[in-house]
Amino acid sequence: MSVASPTNPLYRSRRRFNLVLLAASAATLAFGLFWLAWILGTLLLEGGGALVRATLYYQMTPPPGADGGLANAIVGSLIMVTVGTLAGTPVGILAGTYLAEYGRGSWFANATRFLNDVLLSAPSIVIGLFVYSVYVAKVKHFSGLAGSFALALLVIPVVVRTTDDMLKLVPGSLREAAAALGCPTWKMVVSVTYRAARTGILTGILLAVARISGETAPLLFTALNNQFWSTALDRPMANLPVVIFQFAMSPYEDWQRLAWGGAALITLAVLALNIVARSLFRKSA
Amino acid sequence: MDAIEARGAKDLTIQTAVRGDRAGEATLAELQPKLRIRNLNFYYGGFQALKNVTMDVPEHRVTAFIGPSGCGKSTLLRTLNRMYSLYPEQRAEGEILIDGENLITTKRDVSLIRARIGMVFQKPTPFPMSIYDNIAFGVRLFERLTRRDMDERVEAALTQAALWGEVKDKLGQSGQSLSGGQQQRLCIARGIAIKPEVLLLDEPCSALDPISTAKVEELIHELKTDYTVIMVTHNMQQAARVSDFTAYMYLGELIEYDATDTIFIKPKKSQTEDYITGRFG
Repeated sequence: MSVASPTNPLYRSRRRFNLVLLAASAATLAFGLFWLAWILGTLLLEGGGALVRATLYYQMTPPPGADGGLANAIVGSLIMVTVGTLAGTPVGILAGTYLAEYGRGSWFANATRFLNDVLLSAPSIVIGLFVYSVYVAKVKHFSGLAGSFALALLVIPVVVRTTDDMLKLVPGSLREAAAALGCPTWKMVVSVTYRAARTGILTGILLAVARISGETAPLLFTALNNQFWSTALDRPMANLPVVIFQFAMSPYEDWQRLAWGGAALITLAVLALNIVARSLFRKSA
Repeated sequence: MDAIEARGAKDLTIQTAVRGDRAGEATLAELQPKLRIRNLNFYYGGFQALKNVTMDVPEHRVTAFIGPSGCGKSTLLRTLNRMYSLYPEQRAEGEILIDGENLITTKRDVSLIRARIGMVFQKPTPFPMSIYDNIAFGVRLFERLTRRDMDERVEAALTQAALWGEVKDKLGQSGQSLSGGQQQRLCIARGIAIKPEVLLLDEPCSALDPISTAKVEELIHELKTDYTVIMVTHNMQQAARVSDFTAYMYLGELIEYDATDTIFIKPKKSQTEDYITGRFG
Protein backbone atom coordinates (compact mmCIF):
# COMPACT_ATOMS: atom_id res chain seq x y z
CA MET A 1 0.00 0.00 0.00
CA SER A 2 1.18 3.52 -0.76
CA VAL A 3 2.40 5.63 2.16
CA ALA A 4 0.00 8.35 1.06
CA SER A 5 -3.01 6.89 2.87
CA PRO A 6 -5.54 8.87 4.96
CA THR A 7 -4.17 7.23 8.10
CA ASN A 8 -0.61 8.39 7.51
CA PRO A 9 0.38 10.11 10.80
CA LEU A 10 2.33 12.94 9.09
CA TYR A 11 -0.64 13.64 6.87
CA ARG A 12 -3.04 13.61 9.82
CA SER A 13 -0.97 15.94 11.96
CA ARG A 14 -0.66 18.32 8.99
CA ARG A 15 -4.41 18.31 8.59
CA ARG A 16 -4.92 18.98 12.29
CA PHE A 17 -2.43 21.85 12.15
CA ASN A 18 -4.22 23.24 9.12
CA LEU A 19 -7.57 23.13 10.93
CA VAL A 20 -6.19 24.92 13.99
CA LEU A 21 -4.65 27.71 11.89
CA LEU A 22 -7.77 28.03 9.79
CA ALA A 23 -9.90 28.39 12.91
CA ALA A 24 -7.50 30.95 14.36
CA SER A 25 -7.49 33.10 11.25
CA ALA A 26 -11.27 32.90 10.94
CA ALA A 27 -11.58 34.00 14.57
CA THR A 28 -9.30 37.02 14.08
CA LEU A 29 -11.22 37.93 10.94
CA ALA A 30 -14.48 37.82 12.90
CA PHE A 31 -12.87 39.89 15.68
CA GLY A 32 -11.85 42.63 13.23
CA LEU A 33 -15.14 42.64 11.37
CA PHE A 34 -17.09 42.77 14.67
CA TRP A 35 -15.65 46.17 15.63
CA LEU A 36 -15.91 47.50 12.11
CA ALA A 37 -19.57 46.49 11.91
CA TRP A 38 -20.18 48.02 15.34
CA ILE A 39 -18.60 51.34 14.31
CA LEU A 40 -20.45 51.48 11.01
CA GLY A 41 -23.69 50.35 12.66
CA THR A 42 -23.50 52.99 15.41
CA LEU A 43 -22.59 55.69 12.89
CA LEU A 44 -25.54 54.89 10.69
CA LEU A 45 -27.91 54.46 13.63
CA GLU A 46 -26.94 57.77 15.25
CA GLY A 47 -26.00 59.75 12.17
CA GLY A 48 -28.35 58.21 9.63
CA GLY A 49 -31.20 60.49 10.71
CA ALA A 50 -29.08 63.62 10.31
CA LEU A 51 -27.72 62.34 7.02
CA VAL A 52 -31.11 62.20 5.31
CA ARG A 53 -32.20 65.67 6.47
CA ALA A 54 -31.72 68.05 3.56
CA THR A 55 -30.86 70.94 5.91
CA LEU A 56 -27.54 69.22 6.62
CA TYR A 57 -26.40 70.11 3.14
CA TYR A 58 -27.53 73.71 2.76
CA GLN A 59 -27.64 75.31 6.21
CA MET A 60 -24.58 76.70 7.99
CA THR A 61 -23.17 75.38 11.24
CA PRO A 62 -25.47 76.78 13.91
CA PRO A 63 -24.72 78.69 17.09
CA PRO A 64 -24.92 76.63 20.29
CA GLY A 65 -28.28 75.09 20.94
CA ALA A 66 -29.78 75.88 17.52
CA ASP A 67 -30.55 73.65 14.58
CA GLY A 68 -28.62 73.94 11.35
CA GLY A 69 -26.49 72.12 8.82
CA LEU A 70 -22.91 71.51 7.78
CA ALA A 71 -22.87 73.19 4.38
CA ASN A 72 -19.89 75.45 5.14
CA ALA A 73 -17.94 72.57 6.70
CA ILE A 74 -18.67 70.21 3.77
CA VAL A 75 -17.59 72.79 1.22
CA GLY A 76 -14.55 73.80 3.31
CA SER A 77 -13.46 70.18 3.55
CA LEU A 78 -13.98 69.67 -0.18
CA ILE A 79 -11.91 72.77 -0.99
CA MET A 80 -9.04 71.91 1.31
CA VAL A 81 -8.94 68.22 0.32
CA THR A 82 -8.99 69.23 -3.36
CA VAL A 83 -6.27 71.86 -3.01
CA GLY A 84 -4.18 69.59 -0.77
CA THR A 85 -4.47 66.72 -3.26
CA LEU A 86 -3.73 68.90 -6.29
CA ALA A 87 -0.66 70.32 -4.56
CA GLY A 88 0.65 67.08 -3.08
CA THR A 89 0.00 64.63 -5.93
CA PRO A 90 2.41 66.04 -8.56
CA VAL A 91 5.20 66.29 -5.99
CA GLY A 92 4.49 62.75 -4.82
CA ILE A 93 4.36 61.29 -8.33
CA LEU A 94 7.55 63.04 -9.44
CA ALA A 95 9.43 62.03 -6.31
CA GLY A 96 8.17 58.44 -6.61
CA THR A 97 9.24 58.42 -10.25
CA TYR A 98 12.70 59.57 -9.27
CA LEU A 99 12.97 56.81 -6.67
CA ALA A 100 11.80 54.02 -8.96
CA GLU A 101 13.18 55.07 -12.35
CA TYR A 102 16.18 57.33 -11.98
CA GLY A 103 17.71 56.94 -8.55
CA ARG A 104 17.53 53.17 -8.33
CA GLY A 105 20.20 51.93 -5.96
CA SER A 106 21.73 55.36 -5.31
CA TRP A 107 22.31 56.37 -1.68
CA PHE A 108 20.35 59.57 -2.24
CA ALA A 109 17.27 57.65 -3.38
CA ASN A 110 17.59 55.18 -0.52
CA ALA A 111 17.89 57.99 2.01
CA THR A 112 14.91 59.77 0.46
CA ARG A 113 12.85 56.59 0.54
CA PHE A 114 13.69 56.07 4.19
CA LEU A 115 12.81 59.65 5.14
CA ASN A 116 9.60 59.37 3.17
CA ASP A 117 8.64 56.28 5.15
CA VAL A 118 9.31 58.22 8.35
CA LEU A 119 7.09 61.03 7.07
CA LEU A 120 4.44 58.47 6.11
CA SER A 121 4.14 57.29 9.69
CA ALA A 122 4.59 60.71 11.32
CA PRO A 123 1.61 61.58 13.55
CA SER A 124 -0.58 64.04 11.67
CA ILE A 125 -0.61 66.40 14.65
CA VAL A 126 3.11 66.90 14.12
CA ILE A 127 2.42 67.97 10.55
CA GLY A 128 -0.22 70.39 11.86
CA LEU A 129 2.17 71.88 14.39
CA PHE A 130 4.88 72.15 11.74
CA VAL A 131 2.64 74.13 9.41
CA TYR A 132 1.48 76.21 12.37
CA SER A 133 5.02 77.19 13.28
CA VAL A 134 6.35 77.80 9.76
CA TYR A 135 3.27 79.44 8.26
CA VAL A 136 0.37 80.26 10.58
CA ALA A 137 2.56 81.78 13.29
CA LYS A 138 4.38 83.90 10.71
CA VAL A 139 1.30 85.38 9.02
CA LYS A 140 -0.47 85.49 12.38
CA HIS A 141 -3.80 84.02 11.32
CA PHE A 142 -5.34 80.66 10.53
CA SER A 143 -6.33 80.00 6.94
CA GLY A 144 -7.71 77.46 4.51
CA LEU A 145 -4.42 77.67 2.64
CA ALA A 146 -2.49 76.57 5.71
CA GLY A 147 -4.95 73.68 6.08
CA SER A 148 -4.46 72.66 2.45
CA PHE A 149 -0.71 72.86 2.93
CA ALA A 150 -0.85 70.55 5.93
CA LEU A 151 -3.05 68.10 4.00
CA ALA A 152 -0.66 68.24 1.02
CA LEU A 153 2.18 67.26 3.34
CA LEU A 154 0.13 64.19 4.30
CA VAL A 155 -0.62 63.35 0.66
CA ILE A 156 2.99 63.48 -0.51
CA PRO A 157 4.46 60.49 1.37
CA VAL A 158 1.47 58.27 0.52
CA VAL A 159 1.71 59.08 -3.18
CA VAL A 160 5.52 58.79 -3.21
CA ARG A 161 5.29 55.36 -1.66
CA THR A 162 2.58 53.97 -3.93
CA THR A 163 4.12 55.48 -7.08
CA ASP A 164 7.51 54.04 -6.16
CA ASP A 165 6.02 50.63 -5.39
CA MET A 166 3.81 50.50 -8.46
CA LEU A 167 6.59 51.56 -10.83
CA LYS A 168 8.85 48.95 -9.32
CA LEU A 169 6.25 46.31 -10.21
CA VAL A 170 6.58 47.20 -13.90
CA PRO A 171 8.90 44.54 -15.35
CA GLY A 172 12.36 45.75 -16.34
CA SER A 173 11.93 43.96 -19.67
CA LEU A 174 9.36 46.59 -20.64
CA ARG A 175 11.90 49.35 -19.98
CA GLU A 176 14.55 47.49 -21.97
CA ALA A 177 12.10 47.01 -24.83
CA ALA A 178 11.43 50.74 -24.97
CA ALA A 179 15.14 51.55 -24.70
CA ALA A 180 15.86 49.07 -27.51
CA LEU A 181 13.76 51.21 -29.86
CA GLY A 182 15.96 54.20 -29.13
CA CYS A 183 13.49 55.69 -26.68
CA PRO A 184 14.91 58.27 -24.24
CA THR A 185 14.31 57.59 -20.55
CA TRP A 186 11.77 60.35 -19.91
CA LYS A 187 9.67 59.20 -22.86
CA MET A 188 9.90 55.61 -21.69
CA VAL A 189 8.64 56.64 -18.25
CA VAL A 190 5.78 58.76 -19.55
CA SER A 191 4.58 56.50 -22.36
CA VAL A 192 5.35 53.04 -21.09
CA THR A 193 5.88 52.64 -17.35
CA TYR A 194 3.27 55.23 -16.26
CA ARG A 195 0.80 53.50 -18.53
CA ALA A 196 1.64 50.11 -17.11
CA ALA A 197 1.34 51.37 -13.53
CA ARG A 198 -1.47 53.89 -13.95
CA THR A 199 -4.20 52.11 -12.00
CA GLY A 200 -1.83 51.48 -9.12
CA ILE A 201 -0.75 55.12 -9.02
CA LEU A 202 -4.36 56.28 -9.23
CA THR A 203 -5.28 53.95 -6.40
CA GLY A 204 -2.53 55.52 -4.29
CA ILE A 205 -3.92 59.00 -4.94
CA LEU A 206 -7.43 57.91 -3.99
CA LEU A 207 -6.15 56.30 -0.79
CA ALA A 208 -4.31 59.53 0.04
CA VAL A 209 -7.55 61.47 -0.49
CA ALA A 210 -9.36 59.04 1.77
CA ARG A 211 -6.70 59.49 4.40
CA ILE A 212 -6.75 63.29 4.48
CA SER A 213 -10.56 63.55 4.37
CA GLY A 214 -10.77 62.45 7.97
CA GLU A 215 -7.74 64.25 9.41
CA THR A 216 -8.59 66.55 12.32
CA ALA A 217 -5.30 67.26 14.05
CA PRO A 218 -3.46 69.03 11.23
CA LEU A 219 -6.48 71.25 10.56
CA LEU A 220 -6.95 72.29 14.20
CA PHE A 221 -3.70 74.22 14.04
CA THR A 222 -4.01 75.51 10.50
CA ALA A 223 -7.49 76.06 9.07
CA LEU A 224 -9.10 76.16 12.51
CA ASN A 225 -12.80 76.57 11.81
CA ASN A 226 -15.30 79.08 10.56
CA GLN A 227 -18.90 79.35 11.62
CA PHE A 228 -19.87 81.13 8.44
CA TRP A 229 -19.85 80.46 4.75
CA SER A 230 -16.38 81.25 3.45
CA THR A 231 -14.52 79.96 0.45
CA ALA A 232 -11.60 82.37 0.82
CA LEU A 233 -8.39 80.39 1.22
CA ASP A 234 -6.70 83.15 3.21
CA ARG A 235 -9.29 83.03 5.99
CA PRO A 236 -10.04 80.37 8.57
CA MET A 237 -12.11 77.69 6.88
CA ALA A 238 -14.81 75.41 8.21
CA ASN A 239 -14.18 71.70 7.77
CA LEU A 240 -15.92 68.50 8.76
CA PRO A 241 -13.32 66.91 11.05
CA VAL A 242 -12.87 69.97 13.29
CA VAL A 243 -16.63 70.63 13.37
CA ILE A 244 -17.25 67.03 14.37
CA PHE A 245 -14.57 67.32 17.04
CA GLN A 246 -16.07 70.55 18.40
CA PHE A 247 -19.73 69.56 18.16
CA ALA A 248 -19.31 66.06 19.52
CA MET A 249 -17.67 67.43 22.69
CA SER A 250 -20.46 69.96 23.24
CA PRO A 251 -23.41 69.48 25.60
CA TYR A 252 -25.97 70.56 22.97
CA GLU A 253 -28.09 67.86 21.42
CA ASP A 254 -28.48 69.61 18.06
CA TRP A 255 -24.71 69.92 17.76
CA GLN A 256 -24.18 66.31 18.73
CA ARG A 257 -26.70 65.18 16.10
CA LEU A 258 -24.85 67.21 13.47
CA ALA A 259 -21.53 65.71 14.59
CA TRP A 260 -22.96 62.22 14.08
CA GLY A 261 -24.21 63.24 10.66
CA GLY A 262 -20.81 64.64 9.70
CA ALA A 263 -19.03 61.55 10.95
CA ALA A 264 -21.34 59.29 8.96
CA LEU A 265 -20.86 61.48 5.89
CA ILE A 266 -17.04 61.32 6.01
CA THR A 267 -17.05 57.60 6.68
CA LEU A 268 -19.36 56.84 3.79
CA ALA A 269 -17.40 59.12 1.45
CA VAL A 270 -14.12 57.42 2.40
CA LEU A 271 -15.77 54.01 2.03
CA ALA A 272 -16.99 54.98 -1.44
CA LEU A 273 -13.51 56.20 -2.41
CA ASN A 274 -11.96 52.96 -1.24
CA ILE A 275 -14.48 50.93 -3.19
CA VAL A 276 -13.75 52.98 -6.33
CA ALA A 277 -10.00 52.52 -5.79
CA ARG A 278 -10.37 48.79 -5.37
CA SER A 279 -12.62 48.28 -8.35
CA LEU A 280 -10.17 50.28 -10.48
CA PHE A 281 -7.37 48.06 -9.28
CA ARG A 282 -9.32 44.90 -9.98
CA LYS A 283 -10.16 45.98 -13.49
CA SER A 284 -6.48 46.30 -14.30
CA ALA A 285 -5.38 43.06 -12.67
CA MET B 1 7.33 24.87 -44.15
CA ASP B 2 9.81 21.98 -44.04
CA ALA B 3 11.42 23.72 -41.10
CA ILE B 4 8.75 22.65 -38.65
CA GLU B 5 9.09 18.93 -39.12
CA ALA B 6 10.57 17.43 -36.03
CA ARG B 7 14.05 16.21 -36.66
CA GLY B 8 16.38 14.27 -34.47
CA ALA B 9 19.93 15.38 -33.98
CA LYS B 10 21.07 12.59 -36.29
CA ASP B 11 19.45 13.94 -39.45
CA LEU B 12 20.75 17.35 -38.64
CA THR B 13 23.97 17.06 -40.55
CA ILE B 14 22.28 15.71 -43.64
CA GLN B 15 19.58 18.32 -43.56
CA THR B 16 21.87 21.30 -43.04
CA ALA B 17 24.29 20.01 -45.64
CA VAL B 18 21.66 19.99 -48.35
CA ARG B 19 20.06 23.34 -47.62
CA GLY B 20 20.01 24.77 -51.10
CA ASP B 21 20.45 28.47 -50.53
CA ARG B 22 23.76 27.97 -48.82
CA ALA B 23 25.34 26.27 -51.79
CA GLY B 24 28.17 28.39 -53.10
CA GLU B 25 28.01 30.62 -50.04
CA ALA B 26 30.83 33.07 -49.52
CA THR B 27 33.10 32.54 -46.55
CA LEU B 28 33.32 34.92 -43.63
CA ALA B 29 36.45 36.56 -44.94
CA GLU B 30 34.85 37.39 -48.28
CA LEU B 31 31.77 39.06 -46.86
CA GLN B 32 31.35 42.71 -45.95
CA PRO B 33 31.26 42.93 -42.15
CA LYS B 34 28.49 45.03 -40.59
CA LEU B 35 29.85 44.88 -37.07
CA ARG B 36 33.49 44.39 -36.17
CA ILE B 37 34.00 43.24 -32.62
CA ARG B 38 37.55 43.58 -31.31
CA ASN B 39 38.92 42.39 -27.93
CA LEU B 40 35.59 42.82 -26.23
CA ASN B 41 35.57 42.33 -22.47
CA PHE B 42 32.45 42.67 -20.38
CA TYR B 43 31.95 42.89 -16.63
CA TYR B 44 28.95 42.52 -14.34
CA GLY B 45 30.45 44.32 -11.37
CA GLY B 46 33.51 42.20 -10.60
CA PHE B 47 32.50 39.23 -12.73
CA GLN B 48 33.96 39.04 -16.20
CA ALA B 49 31.32 37.66 -18.56
CA LEU B 50 33.08 38.14 -21.90
CA LYS B 51 36.74 37.52 -22.48
CA ASN B 52 38.52 39.04 -25.45
CA VAL B 53 35.84 38.34 -28.00
CA THR B 54 36.88 39.22 -31.54
CA MET B 55 34.66 38.55 -34.54
CA ASP B 56 33.13 40.11 -37.66
CA VAL B 57 29.39 39.94 -38.17
CA PRO B 58 28.66 39.88 -41.92
CA GLU B 59 26.07 42.21 -43.42
CA HIS B 60 22.76 40.76 -44.67
CA ARG B 61 23.36 37.38 -43.10
CA VAL B 62 21.95 35.60 -40.07
CA THR B 63 24.54 34.94 -37.39
CA ALA B 64 23.69 32.68 -34.46
CA PHE B 65 25.33 32.57 -31.03
CA ILE B 66 25.10 29.18 -29.38
CA GLY B 67 26.52 27.68 -26.23
CA PRO B 68 25.45 26.38 -22.82
CA SER B 69 23.63 28.59 -20.31
CA GLY B 70 25.83 31.28 -18.83
CA CYS B 71 28.37 31.18 -21.67
CA GLY B 72 27.91 34.89 -22.39
CA LYS B 73 25.95 34.70 -25.63
CA SER B 74 23.08 36.89 -24.38
CA THR B 75 25.59 39.24 -22.77
CA LEU B 76 27.38 39.62 -26.09
CA LEU B 77 24.07 40.39 -27.79
CA ARG B 78 23.13 42.97 -25.15
CA THR B 79 26.49 44.64 -25.55
CA LEU B 80 25.87 45.23 -29.26
CA ASN B 81 23.10 47.80 -28.64
CA ARG B 82 24.55 49.14 -25.39
CA MET B 83 21.60 47.70 -23.44
CA TYR B 84 24.02 47.28 -20.55
CA SER B 85 24.26 51.08 -20.22
CA LEU B 86 20.91 50.98 -18.40
CA TYR B 87 22.70 49.35 -15.48
CA PRO B 88 25.48 51.34 -13.84
CA GLU B 89 27.29 48.28 -12.48
CA GLN B 90 27.80 46.77 -15.94
CA ARG B 91 30.59 47.87 -18.24
CA ALA B 92 32.31 46.87 -21.47
CA GLU B 93 35.81 47.39 -22.81
CA GLY B 94 37.10 46.95 -26.31
CA GLU B 95 35.66 47.83 -29.70
CA ILE B 96 32.38 47.24 -31.46
CA LEU B 97 32.69 49.04 -34.76
CA ILE B 98 29.71 49.87 -36.92
CA ASP B 99 30.67 51.88 -40.02
CA GLY B 100 33.95 52.68 -38.32
CA GLU B 101 32.38 54.09 -35.15
CA ASN B 102 33.12 52.42 -31.82
CA LEU B 103 29.79 51.89 -30.08
CA ILE B 104 31.36 51.46 -26.67
CA THR B 105 33.20 54.75 -26.50
CA THR B 106 31.04 56.87 -28.79
CA LYS B 107 29.98 60.27 -27.48
CA ARG B 108 26.69 60.01 -29.32
CA ASP B 109 23.44 59.42 -27.45
CA VAL B 110 22.83 55.69 -27.01
CA SER B 111 19.24 56.22 -28.22
CA LEU B 112 20.63 56.87 -31.69
CA ILE B 113 22.61 53.64 -31.57
CA ARG B 114 19.66 51.62 -30.37
CA ALA B 115 17.44 52.99 -33.10
CA ARG B 116 19.90 51.57 -35.64
CA ILE B 117 20.28 48.25 -33.85
CA GLY B 118 16.88 46.82 -32.98
CA MET B 119 16.30 44.10 -30.44
CA VAL B 120 13.68 41.46 -29.74
CA PHE B 121 13.70 39.81 -26.35
CA GLN B 122 13.22 36.29 -25.10
CA LYS B 123 9.89 37.04 -23.48
CA PRO B 124 7.33 39.03 -25.46
CA THR B 125 7.21 42.61 -24.17
CA PRO B 126 4.19 44.33 -25.71
CA PHE B 127 3.67 47.85 -24.36
CA PRO B 128 0.44 48.58 -22.47
CA MET B 129 -1.16 50.24 -25.49
CA SER B 130 -3.06 49.25 -28.61
CA ILE B 131 -1.59 46.93 -31.24
CA TYR B 132 -1.35 49.88 -33.62
CA ASP B 133 0.38 52.12 -31.08
CA ASN B 134 2.80 49.36 -30.13
CA ILE B 135 4.20 49.63 -33.66
CA ALA B 136 3.71 53.38 -34.09
CA PHE B 137 5.40 54.22 -30.78
CA GLY B 138 8.90 53.43 -31.97
CA VAL B 139 8.35 55.00 -35.40
CA ARG B 140 7.14 58.27 -33.84
CA LEU B 141 10.37 58.60 -31.89
CA PHE B 142 12.33 59.52 -34.98
CA GLU B 143 9.82 60.15 -37.76
CA ARG B 144 6.85 62.46 -38.22
CA LEU B 145 4.51 60.61 -40.55
CA THR B 146 1.07 61.48 -41.85
CA ARG B 147 -1.75 59.27 -40.69
CA ARG B 148 -1.77 57.45 -44.02
CA ASP B 149 1.97 56.85 -44.09
CA MET B 150 1.84 55.60 -40.51
CA ASP B 151 -1.04 53.25 -41.37
CA GLU B 152 1.03 51.89 -44.22
CA ARG B 153 4.10 51.50 -42.05
CA VAL B 154 2.14 49.63 -39.39
CA GLU B 155 0.55 47.36 -41.97
CA ALA B 156 3.88 46.67 -43.67
CA ALA B 157 5.60 45.81 -40.38
CA LEU B 158 2.75 43.55 -39.25
CA THR B 159 2.63 41.89 -42.66
CA GLN B 160 6.35 41.26 -42.61
CA ALA B 161 6.04 39.76 -39.14
CA ALA B 162 3.25 37.44 -40.40
CA LEU B 163 0.73 38.94 -38.00
CA TRP B 164 -1.33 41.29 -40.18
CA GLY B 165 -3.99 38.75 -41.08
CA GLU B 166 -4.64 37.91 -37.43
CA VAL B 167 -4.87 41.46 -36.11
CA LYS B 168 -5.99 43.68 -38.97
CA ASP B 169 -9.54 43.89 -37.59
CA LYS B 170 -8.50 44.68 -34.03
CA LEU B 171 -5.65 47.15 -34.25
CA GLY B 172 -7.27 49.21 -31.48
CA GLN B 173 -7.15 46.35 -28.98
CA SER B 174 -4.47 46.13 -26.34
CA GLY B 175 -1.26 44.48 -27.48
CA GLN B 176 -1.30 42.55 -24.24
CA SER B 177 -4.55 40.82 -25.18
CA LEU B 178 -2.77 38.76 -27.86
CA SER B 179 -1.50 35.22 -27.36
CA GLY B 180 2.18 34.67 -26.51
CA GLY B 181 3.17 33.80 -30.06
CA GLN B 182 1.26 36.76 -31.48
CA GLN B 183 2.82 39.08 -28.88
CA GLN B 184 6.30 37.97 -29.94
CA ARG B 185 5.54 38.59 -33.61
CA LEU B 186 4.13 41.99 -32.57
CA CYS B 187 7.46 42.74 -30.89
CA ILE B 188 9.33 41.70 -34.02
CA ALA B 189 7.03 43.93 -36.09
CA ARG B 190 7.75 46.77 -33.66
CA GLY B 191 11.47 46.15 -34.04
CA ILE B 192 11.45 46.18 -37.85
CA ALA B 193 8.99 49.10 -38.16
CA ILE B 194 11.75 51.50 -37.14
CA LYS B 195 13.89 50.11 -39.98
CA PRO B 196 17.05 49.33 -38.05
CA GLU B 197 20.18 48.15 -39.84
CA VAL B 198 20.87 45.32 -37.43
CA LEU B 199 18.29 43.19 -35.65
CA LEU B 200 19.26 41.41 -32.44
CA LEU B 201 17.09 38.46 -31.44
CA ASP B 202 17.55 37.09 -27.94
CA GLU B 203 16.09 33.58 -28.02
CA PRO B 204 13.05 34.89 -29.84
CA CYS B 205 11.31 31.51 -29.98
CA SER B 206 11.94 30.09 -26.54
CA ALA B 207 8.43 30.98 -25.35
CA LEU B 208 6.69 29.97 -28.56
CA ASP B 209 4.85 26.88 -29.74
CA PRO B 210 6.22 25.02 -32.81
CA ILE B 211 3.88 26.71 -35.29
CA SER B 212 4.76 30.23 -34.11
CA THR B 213 8.41 29.19 -34.05
CA ALA B 214 8.20 28.12 -37.67
CA LYS B 215 6.61 31.43 -38.61
CA VAL B 216 9.29 33.40 -36.81
CA GLU B 217 12.06 31.32 -38.38
CA GLU B 218 10.62 31.87 -41.80
CA LEU B 219 10.48 35.56 -41.01
CA ILE B 220 14.13 35.64 -39.93
CA HIS B 221 14.99 34.05 -43.23
CA GLU B 222 13.25 36.82 -45.13
CA LEU B 223 14.62 39.56 -42.90
CA LYS B 224 18.19 39.07 -43.95
CA THR B 225 17.61 40.60 -47.36
CA ASP B 226 17.11 43.95 -45.61
CA TYR B 227 18.78 43.53 -42.25
CA THR B 228 21.78 42.02 -40.57
CA VAL B 229 20.34 39.53 -38.10
CA ILE B 230 22.09 38.26 -35.00
CA MET B 231 20.32 35.72 -32.84
CA VAL B 232 20.95 33.87 -29.63
CA THR B 233 19.42 30.44 -29.44
CA HIS B 234 19.45 27.47 -27.12
CA ASN B 235 18.07 25.33 -29.85
CA MET B 236 20.83 23.96 -32.04
CA GLN B 237 18.46 22.74 -34.73
CA GLN B 238 17.18 26.27 -34.94
CA ALA B 239 20.68 27.65 -35.38
CA ALA B 240 21.28 25.06 -38.07
CA ARG B 241 17.97 25.86 -39.79
CA VAL B 242 18.09 29.63 -39.91
CA SER B 243 21.63 30.90 -39.54
CA ASP B 244 24.38 31.36 -42.11
CA PHE B 245 27.12 31.69 -39.54
CA THR B 246 27.37 30.27 -36.05
CA ALA B 247 29.50 31.24 -33.11
CA TYR B 248 30.02 28.73 -30.32
CA MET B 249 30.76 30.32 -26.98
CA TYR B 250 31.81 28.84 -23.67
CA LEU B 251 32.53 30.58 -20.35
CA GLY B 252 32.70 34.01 -21.92
CA GLU B 253 35.06 33.01 -24.70
CA LEU B 254 34.40 32.67 -28.38
CA ILE B 255 35.51 29.10 -29.06
CA GLU B 256 34.71 28.75 -32.73
CA TYR B 257 33.05 30.92 -35.32
CA ASP B 258 32.44 29.83 -38.88
CA ALA B 259 29.86 29.06 -41.52
CA THR B 260 26.96 27.21 -39.90
CA ASP B 261 27.55 24.13 -42.09
CA THR B 262 31.15 23.95 -40.99
CA ILE B 263 30.26 24.29 -37.32
CA PHE B 264 27.63 21.58 -37.52
CA ILE B 265 29.32 19.16 -39.90
CA LYS B 266 33.05 19.40 -39.35
CA PRO B 267 33.89 21.77 -36.50
CA LYS B 268 37.60 22.41 -36.10
CA LYS B 269 37.63 22.21 -32.34
CA SER B 270 36.73 19.13 -30.35
CA GLN B 271 35.02 21.33 -27.74
CA THR B 272 32.55 22.55 -30.35
CA GLU B 273 31.99 19.05 -31.62
CA ASP B 274 31.25 17.78 -28.11
CA TYR B 275 28.61 20.45 -27.64
CA ILE B 276 27.05 20.01 -31.07
CA THR B 277 26.77 16.27 -30.73
CA GLY B 278 25.33 16.51 -27.23
CA ARG B 279 28.26 14.90 -25.42
CA PHE B 280 28.55 18.08 -23.42
CA GLY B 281 26.28 20.94 -22.38
